[in-house]
Amino acid sequence: MANETTDSKPTEIETVKTRLVELLPGVALEWSEFRGQTRVVFASGELLKCLNAFKAAGFDQLTDLTAVDLLEYGNVDDRFEVVYCLLNVDSGLRLIAKTHLNEPDLTIPSATSVWFGADWLEREVYDMYGIIFAGHPNFKRLLLPDDFQSFPLRKDYPVKGRGERHNFPIVTRAES
Amino acid sequence: MATQINKQLGDNIFLTTLDAAASWGRANSLWPMPFATACCGIELMSTAASKHDLSRFGSEVMRFSPRQCDLMIVAGRVVMKMLPVLQRIWLQMPEPKWCISMGACACTGGVFDTYAVVQGIDRFMPVDVYVPGCPPRPEQLIRSILDLQDKIKSGGTVNAREFKLRILPEGPSRFDEDELIRIRERNGFKLDDQKYDPVH
Amino acid sequence: MPLELLDSPDLDENKREGLWTLNFGPQHPATHTTLRLVLQLDGEMVIDAEPDIGFLHSGFEKLGEVLDFNQYVTIVDRMNYVSPMANEIAWHHAVEKLLGVELTPRCKYIRTIFAELMRLHDHLLCLGTCVLDLGGATAFMYAFNERETIYEICERASGQRFHTSYTRVGGLLYDVTDDWVKMVKDFVRNFPRVYRDFSGMVMKNRIFVERTRDVGVLSREEAIAGGATGPTARASGVARDLRRDEPYLAYDDFDFDVCASQGGDCYARFQVRMMEMLESVKIIEQAIDKLPKGPIFAGEAGKAGMPDKKEVYRSIEGLIHHFESVMPNRQLAGPKDSIYAATESPNGELGYYIVGDGSFRAYRARTRPPSVLHFALFSKLIRGCMLSDVAAVLGSINIIAAELDR
Repeated sequence: MANETTDSKPTEIETVKTRLVELLPGVALEWSEFRGQTRVVFASGELLKCLNAFKAAGFDQLTDLTAVDLLEYGNVDDRFEVVYCLLNVDSGLRLIAKTHLNEPDLTIPSATSVWFGADWLEREVYDMYGIIFAGHPNFKRLLLPDDFQSFPLRKDYPVKGRGERHNFPIVTRAES
Repeated sequence: MATQINKQLGDNIFLTTLDAAASWGRANSLWPMPFATACCGIELMSTAASKHDLSRFGSEVMRFSPRQCDLMIVAGRVVMKMLPVLQRIWLQMPEPKWCISMGACACTGGVFDTYAVVQGIDRFMPVDVYVPGCPPRPEQLIRSILDLQDKIKSGGTVNAREFKLRILPEGPSRFDEDELIRIRERNGFKLDDQKYDPVH
Repeated sequence: MPLELLDSPDLDENKREGLWTLNFGPQHPATHTTLRLVLQLDGEMVIDAEPDIGFLHSGFEKLGEVLDFNQYVTIVDRMNYVSPMANEIAWHHAVEKLLGVELTPRCKYIRTIFAELMRLHDHLLCLGTCVLDLGGATAFMYAFNERETIYEICERASGQRFHTSYTRVGGLLYDVTDDWVKMVKDFVRNFPRVYRDFSGMVMKNRIFVERTRDVGVLSREEAIAGGATGPTARASGVARDLRRDEPYLAYDDFDFDVCASQGGDCYARFQVRMMEMLESVKIIEQAIDKLPKGPIFAGEAGKAGMPDKKEVYRSIEGLIHHFESVMPNRQLAGPKDSIYAATESPNGELGYYIVGDGSFRAYRARTRPPSVLHFALFSKLIRGCMLSDVAAVLGSINIIAAELDR
């Protein structure tokens, strides 16, 4: 991907890094880079502090909030990874922030207090993975029916489901 | 015998049965209820638009109220959450009514062999004409309307009594692939790629 | 699943004095396919709107974990079904970024032309169906007639009108022919006349203007905090366009403007879409004039790409190359890392967050759908508007149900 201002982008990310270190003393941040994108991993215990610091460092738009189930990924210690894709609208700088969760404690604070666009994205993550976001204004399933029992995008749930799609009454022509 | 009498009567009177007359009228003025869920809905809109004009065949208006329609075109995939809505709308339509299952997803689930998509609406609802395609071309949909018109003209009755004979569910049997998977699991038989075996 | 599930509106009891609840959808002509709104109304005025979605949730993301990069493009097509090739271009853009594959100039130009044709496709449908919902059926017919020409162009290139599955990792399914180039040039020549007819019928139509002006106003701060992108955000003053800010494909070579507005109401969103159509035609014109010759796939460096069929049938190297590209255990191995890549789809920023696991399959293929964030803003947009404005607002934010529910 071509960057228009290749000289100022690295220094921009450096400024952001120093700003974040200032705003978050004592919080461990692991930085990495791949194909020109910067990623940062932080602990889930410090979530709200970190998200507020990201917003203060200029990332005013939450582009995406999603999760990954690392059950079959190999060589990882944690099961779930929650990913926040952030964007600074004025400068165009992007950052991908990740945190990890493990069973049985799958509760983290909600990001709706920081960016209200996180509302439905968090409901969807709950719907698909079962990760609970504490402090969400309207916390229930988004896409699947409310009485659906499983969390489909987890790796231990089969693609074809467990028979839920066949469990409906049949209407024949004579009675309809 | 009927044709000889017709010839004697000339062009102003012709004899037919009440069933045939009613079927002729109903076939040539099918008002569709577009149950457009996904991509096939856009092809349905294209069929109704000016290039492939569906109203040439009698489907002049697409009324969105089930009480005013007699043909339900299920265009697009039907998921678990939507199926009760589909059944409710089907039950709200007055007799006589027909159903066209448009597109691969409505016929058999299509590319979406997943936990959420119903593998064919005929498992839960009676269907008269199936239109394959993903999405079917507008010409295919027009062909299916013509086939339905033939079906109505050849077997239609004035008081819709031909539908009373269809008392059995018409889709694939309940015992199917998922049941096979469950039987395998119960007997401890494992496949290598158990999540999704494409050979299945 | 009991049928009674459809009857329960999910709103607070204490807001309900004097208000009445109206269930809008999921089967309703103005909802643009399956979404449901539970509206709390005070007479005609909408006090609250609770959206209920998921009536088209098909498990796309689960399928992304079992199909490989070249197979999943068939599924991705079916997400934003009014501009199918835009999804394919976005998906393969993300996959190629993950794999580090570079495209040839010809492939970039053809993909750019299709991306802009799909932008026209989407905007024509959005405007056409919204005008149909507001009562004007003639403009709908004009828009769909023009879309038929674009369908023919897609069909000439790939064989399918719709859901073309035309892109592959590192290239395209087939190369385009000279009569395709001629068709695109004819289309570009014809389009300004169609645009003039359509905009005369719609944008200056008094009924349309009065039904959409100052309805559903979205402020700049709400657009940014709510995650809005694309024409919805640009109409509120967020002048951000990924084609200019993070250029991908061949957009660097073309001269075009980014359309934005300060209004933030429905009329501004439609106006941004109309202006974008003209800009798209400008880009297509420049691209089709400068279309470079050369291969579609990047040769040796693009080992992920498919060889030409003539080589496959006539030479052993082509056959081996084809075998290595298609057989499941022998394909190009992706890195075991993750990226997020986005393109400017007609609806907004369509991004993919792909986690690779060292094979040619995604471990996690997440779609960042613009429609989800736009529809989440709907309850803010509709407060204080009338019931009949619901159709205008829904049409202006262009929600595609399959992208919303995946």
